[in-house]
Amino acid sequence: MNNINLEGTEDTPKIILDATNNIFEISGRSLPEDCATFYKPILEWLAAYEPTQKVNFEIKLDYFNTASSKMILDMLTRLEKIKNKGKEVIITWYYSEDDEDMHEAGEEFSELVEIPFEIKSL
Amino acid sequence: MEKKLNYIFELHKTLSEQNIILVYEGEFSQEITKSVLSMAEKNMDTTNEDLNIKKKVFNVMVECLQNICKHSEEFGGDNDDFNTAIFMIGKEHETYKITSGNVIYNNKVEGLKAKLEKINSLDKEGLKEYYKNTLSNSELSDKGGAGLGFIDMARKSGQKLAFEFTKIDEQISFFSLQSTIARNI
Repeated sequence: MNNINLEGTEDTPKIILDATNNIFEISGRSLPEDCATFYKPILEWLAAYEPTQKVNFEIKLDYFNTASSKMILDMLTRLEKIKNKGKEVIITWYYSEDDEDMHEAGEEFSELVEIPFEIKSL
Repeated sequence: MEKKLNYIFELHKTLSEQNIILVYEGEFSQEITKSVLSMAEKNMDTTNEDLNIKKKVFNVMVECLQNICKHSEEFGGDNDDFNTAIFMIGKEHETYKITSGNVIYNNKVEGLKAKLEKINSLDKEGLKEYYKNTLSNSELSDKGGAGLGFIDMARKSGQKLAFEFTKIDEQISFFSLQSTIARNI
């Protein structure tokens, strides 16, 4: 399947879904006007992905709006489905040191899905 | 001589008295949202605002501006002038105040009021649970909202949301909303 490599903009995140090199990362800011349209190809990609090795999905967002939080949960749910098929999946959630709200957001997402979740300060 | 331009001075006085550092009045779009956010960020950067406060202000602004974008109704006919809204940031010694005002249909008032009253009745933990439940159980609306905006504004500001509805006529009302964010001074 084709890799996804999106450059970040002032209101959309940088996204790498690279099955060739086993890199999965979302970073930057996420506040697009139309979240559903922006995240649709990402969610479709994750729904179709059948990994052959361990997946470490890295989330390094500085900021996301509430509509994006819904899309983040949808991505995590797709990853949970991959895990439930017997694949090894972990999420690493990064937050800037001192950013209490992003730290808390990571903890909240970790409570909403059944996937090993690591929360680390940058 | 009649002073036709005196309203400018009056407006300036009012804005200064209310410590308004930024005001936008007009139609709202994602492009306008980005410009307003960028101006507010530059202002906070020049004053070396604390990172956590800066992010909270940014957060509340985004939800507020995107709410207006999504819900600014198309008022046709005689109500053409009401398809605009106002957004302001006030900065005082101890707080930032983020204020918006927009026109809504009267039949939306009760639902909005109930939601805001519910949010204001909850404490920190209650808001966290309400947020998580809404996040897990909602779908994005056709307008692209997750129903989380006001809850997030209350959580990030850590204060009650102030709101008022002013009836304009039998069809529409003006909805004013204000979030207050404390500065750690």
